[in-house]
Amino acid sequence: MRNFGEWRWGIGLVVAVLVLGLPVPQPQAEPQERVFRVTARQFAFEPAVLQVNPGDRVVIELRSSDVVHGLYVEGYDVEAVAEPGQPDRIVFVADRPGTYRLRCSVTCGDLHPFMVGKLRVGRNPWLWKGAALALWGVTLALFAARPRTREGGR
Amino acid sequence: MTARFDVLRYPWVRRLVVSRWPQYLVRVTLLALFLLAVLAGWLGTPVGNRNFAIVGVWIAWWAVLILVAVPFLGRAWCSVCPLPLPGEWLQQGSLLGPRGRGGWSLGRRWPRRWRHIWLQNAGFTALALFSAVILTRPGVTAWVLLGLVLLAVGVSLVYERRAFCRYLCPVGGFIGLYAQAAPLELRVKDPAVCAAHTEKACYTGNEQGFGCPWGTFPLGMVRNDVCGLCFECLRTCTYDNLALNIRPLGADLAQRRGAKLDEAFKAFILLGSALTYAAVFLGPWGALKDAAYDVGAPSWWGYAALLVGLSWVILPGLFALGVWAGRPRLPWRRAFTVLAYALVPLGLAMWAAFSLAFVAASVAYVLPVLSDPFGWGWDLLGTAGWAWRPVLDGWLPLLQAGLLALGALGSVRTARGIGETWGWPRAVYPVAGYVALMTGGMLWLLLG
Ligand code: SF4
Ligand SMILES: [Cu+2]
Repeated sequence: MRNFGEWRWGIGLVVAVLVLGLPVPQPQAEPQERVFRVTARQFAFEPAVLQVNPGDRVVIELRSSDVVHGLYVEGYDVEAVAEPGQPDRIVFVADRPGTYRLRCSVTCGDLHPFMVGKLRVGRNPWLWKGAALALWGVTLALFAARPRTREGGR
Repeated sequence: MTARFDVLRYPWVRRLVVSRWPQYLVRVTLLALFLLAVLAGWLGTPVGNRNFAIVGVWIAWWAVLILVAVPFLGRAWCSVCPLPLPGEWLQQGSLLGPRGRGGWSLGRRWPRRWRHIWLQNAGFTALALFSAVILTRPGVTAWVLLGLVLLAVGVSLVYERRAFCRYLCPVGGFIGLYAQAAPLELRVKDPAVCAAHTEKACYTGNEQGFGCPWGTFPLGMVRNDVCGLCFECLRTCTYDNLALNIRPLGADLAQRRGAKLDEAFKAFILLGSALTYAAVFLGPWGALKDAAYDVGAPSWWGYAALLVGLSWVILPGLFALGVWAGRPRLPWRRAFTVLAYALVPLGLAMWAAFSLAFVAASVAYVLPVLSDPFGWGWDLLGTAGWAWRPVLDGWLPLLQAGLLALGALGSVRTARGIGETWGWPRAVYPVAGYVALMTGGMLWLLLG
């Protein structure tokens, strides 16, 4: 019984790894150029969510409406810095699907560390894999794992 | 019989925890860092991410607490926490160990009608309402920290033991709930020995150590929430009857004894605040951030209503519906209470996943701030100029998804255990549904 229990965990783990490896289909569209004019203010980007397809060439024109702000794209490691009246521009190819946070990279006030936007490239594989993984976890717990009951203490 | 492994069988571990010195040195060092944080908050730069008060407390301490200490060691933080230390010194009239004379405390017993953690629940919610300000303004953080220490001193001077920790500290309730999932416990070895021991040195104290500062009698202890891992009982017990066990994850959660409604509510408050924080601090919604920050403005009242409504009404209400649909075999309120503990693994995972993103984005401030704690242009370590960059870039989503999946698994498994304990096998289904909903919501907030 005990051996079988441990076997089940092994199988559970293998399935979990397979789930993580599953390909998530991406929208098949001709790559195009996408231009976003993003305005930064304390403490938000407008628009805050940028949606593109994998392979698109992304142009972000950053302008600021109050103090100096930066726009750093997590995962792509590119950065624009705009002063009021002095816009900046970054260009990159969004070749990796997923959701990446845009973060202000110049300290601009109290909520600066939380000045956040999002770049969505295609479908975010992690959202789907995460959901599938959690579902697998719940399934395992429902049907395979032995529950733990014990009068506590010693 | 589930597996337990007593680490005190290694003489060096025993020496390490029984001796007062290692613990004392860590505590005094942390007290010094605490004072540095308060001073930096008052005198240093108002820019949060360049001030030790913010970066030392809300990034470094928080990361260690939620990602390492609580999940693996339970209440170990309480073992070395500096907040109650000045109060304890006064209360015990001694800086280190019992000195055979009393301290300066009236030594009253904590009033019976306040023996619960509703005050901690309220305190945690109150701090959460002001969190956007506390987390970003060094001066405010300094006052909050100092206020907690002064409150602890005051309570220690009137009441016996660590009443502040057990009944008031807003962090304490949170650690206590999640410590029940930790793979570490301090427990009595042989109950018969304790039962026959009339002096009960562990509760009353002797020349070797103080009576349990948490007011817990080890023999009756079944869950980790009432043990601060201060190790006094290891020092006082004349029969060497205590063990420090490594144990399976989540071992406290499904047992029959020790479930309380106040703590059950803590579980929902923590779910609600994790969801709210993920939306406010990691979401792209500027208006929501402004609302959380503009304390007193109409929009802030909206934020407050959202946080309080979610934590105290909507989430417990939804769960209550689930409990009702699961047709419990025990009194309804009791069923709600015991089953709420199933949400501990997921709640802990949600907090860890949120904190991972929060910390990954801000950990780059730590070295520069250590080099220049006040933001005065010092450069003690030569790292003041290090550029800000988030860490863990590609790994973050994998880690977060993995954590949430483990939490979901742990919660449903615990629900099955609870169902078995109480002869209520259907209990697992409402929990599974609830867990799916919470996990989905958090995944969307963090990764969507
Ligand atoms: S002193 Fe030791 S043996 Fe006596 S009651 Fe306390 S834990 Fe048990
Ligand atoms: Cu900014």
